[in-house]
Amino acid sequence: MVAKFELTDDSVVVVIGTGAGGGVLSNELAQKGVKVVALEAGGRYLPEDYINDEWESFGQLAWTDPRTTSGDWRVAKDFSGLPAWIVKAVGGTTTHWAGASIRFQEHEWKALTSYGPVDGANLLDWPIDAAEMAPWYEKAEAKLGVTRTGDRAGLPGNNNFKVFEKGARALGYKEVHTGRMAINSADYDDRMACQQTGFCFQGCKWGAKWSAAYTDIPRGEATGNLEVRDHAHVARILHDDSGKVTGVEYFDKDGNLQMQKARIVCVAGNSFESPRLLLNSASSMFPNGLANSSDQVGRNYMRHTTGSVYAVFDKPVRMWRGTTMAGIVQDEARHDPSRGFVGGYELETLSLGLPFMAAFLNPGGWGRSFTTALDSYETMAGMWIVGEDMPQATNRVTLSDVKDQWGLPVANVNFSDHPNDIAMRNHAYKQGQAIYEAVGATRTFPTPPYPSTHNLGTNRMSEKPEDGVVNKWGQTHDIANLFVSDGSQFTTGAAENPTLTIVALAIRQADHIASEMAAGSI
Amino acid sequence: MSKIERQGLTRRALLARVVSTGALAVTGVGFIAAPDAAWALEVTTITEHQMATLLQMARDIYPHDKVGDQFYAVAVKGYDAEDKKALVEEGVAALDAAAQAAGHADYVSMGWEEDRVKILQAMEDAPFFQTVRGGLVTGLYNQKEVWPIFGYEGESFSKGGYIERGFNDINWL
Repeated sequence: MVAKFELTDDSVVVVIGTGAGGGVLSNELAQKGVKVVALEAGGRYLPEDYINDEWESFGQLAWTDPRTTSGDWRVAKDFSGLPAWIVKAVGGTTTHWAGASIRFQEHEWKALTSYGPVDGANLLDWPIDAAEMAPWYEKAEAKLGVTRTGDRAGLPGNNNFKVFEKGARALGYKEVHTGRMAINSADYDDRMACQQTGFCFQGCKWGAKWSAAYTDIPRGEATGNLEVRDHAHVARILHDDSGKVTGVEYFDKDGNLQMQKARIVCVAGNSFESPRLLLNSASSMFPNGLANSSDQVGRNYMRHTTGSVYAVFDKPVRMWRGTTMAGIVQDEARHDPSRGFVGGYELETLSLGLPFMAAFLNPGGWGRSFTTALDSYETMAGMWIVGEDMPQATNRVTLSDVKDQWGLPVANVNFSDHPNDIAMRNHAYKQGQAIYEAVGATRTFPTPPYPSTHNLGTNRMSEKPEDGVVNKWGQTHDIANLFVSDGSQFTTGAAENPTLTIVALAIRQADHIASEMAAGSI
Repeated sequence: MSKIERQGLTRRALLARVVSTGALAVTGVGFIAAPDAAWALEVTTITEHQMATLLQMARDIYPHDKVGDQFYAVAVKGYDAEDKKALVEEGVAALDAAAQAAGHADYVSMGWEEDRVKILQAMEDAPFFQTVRGGLVTGLYNQKEVWPIFGYEGESFSKGGYIERGFNDINWL
């Protein structure tokens, strides 16, 4: 029985966003008997709705509301209105994500201590560590059914992996395998095993990949404690004279402005929308936006030091067949400043279909240098670089002069690479190209970063209120009943794909919120 | 130059190209078509010469020798529209002016791709070039009929994925 709560019900927890953070938090709270209203800006799509066609799927799922960009990153030039490739739908970007689920390394929780101060970087230690997070990671891995954790077997390697693996081993890399993936290698938790279909980024039509859209959301609804309202775009968070939040205003599916009262509000709209919402909620009491006494809301935007390496061979690879990202080299993920940069990076298999390869291989490129690469599409292999980038105070989300369909200022995303990011990317390009050359690549392509799917850090977690926006529970330093529940709470980005950590933090946060509510302290 | 003469020039130029490439012909007023009549493209708003120039330009921006003209024609046919007319007129005139400055009759009658590419490179920051190039990224590569030419198989869900159809069939490593 799906719950239906009154707009005037001020006993509910309002969760804004239903992805890896908000979707999981909503279900975990509902399982504990907490009443939740989850507001989702997008619509509801299930595996039978997903489209295995890149552009059509993009039109169905992607967040394409306006955003603006600035800074020297190439995305601002090539995709100026599209800084991110993320999803606007129930389940959020867990429909699109590749499934790579790896834990932070111990030293990454303490980036400032581990790396020391880095010029121009706003490094900080997280107020939590690997020991604190270990049990929550274990719960997250069980929820997602992560392969190579627990007793779950790894996925089989596809053609793209086999090329990658052979090259990596030829270079002497040791930590090479088909990844820890939230994609079933065997039936698990009412989800079937991967059928090697490709199109992991377009929503898994088999449901073999974990997504909140068809796991946590319906399970939360089945408790009778969770109501999900889709096409509900939150405009601002409201507060009373004491400075506590009291509810949210949102535009419903008919475009009418509604007000939902709340006991607690949790923001989980991804690292652009979450700070945007806090900034758009400015009031006479909080003129710089909610929870922003530190002036850190929107700052320290991180997107991982990404990039791709594609290579062509003299024989077919057909990289698009099978699980898109089931392949990893972890040897470079260590912190080893002798390489000329702090932090580390992972290399993971990746493929794009022909339409997206044409758009992303070398945006703006044309002529025979470009087209002969695509002519070799069938003989191409590909990998993605994901490394720790430096938080910088000036890499930030601010309110733009541009307004969206609701008349609300949109997010401007300013980003420029730190020299450490550039050094790391160049190292990764060189290693990636060497991997493919070791198995006979005839040509390699160091491909620039795509619009970001990993968006982190714009409401960061800190021990001291002056250093960040939220404490170790994701609770804002300024307002006790306002929480941040997505990747924007990341203090630093680490080298790992962020979803597993977002999920682990959400499970932990749900536990904390439920016990604080029971104790009557919030 | 009158419109008739311009069309005549276009026809001659295109027919000359057919001799060398077997790819394209103007069959009558208002159409450009393949010499074997396998496909034809009607123009109602812009001229045949302008459409033929767009087609050549599209080939020069994203040249794939195994991809037939009909796919490029599909990708640029949307420029035969009132709201595109001014952009096309101005852009094609600029291409032809550059070709004439280099001693050719017009852009499409330049024999060598590398000579045409030089002209495109000189105008690659102009809105006309960027519009045409940007439109081709989806207009050309998102045609499902083009995918097999590149070996791309598209969706596989309807066939049960690749789990029993070669996801790991590489045999040359």
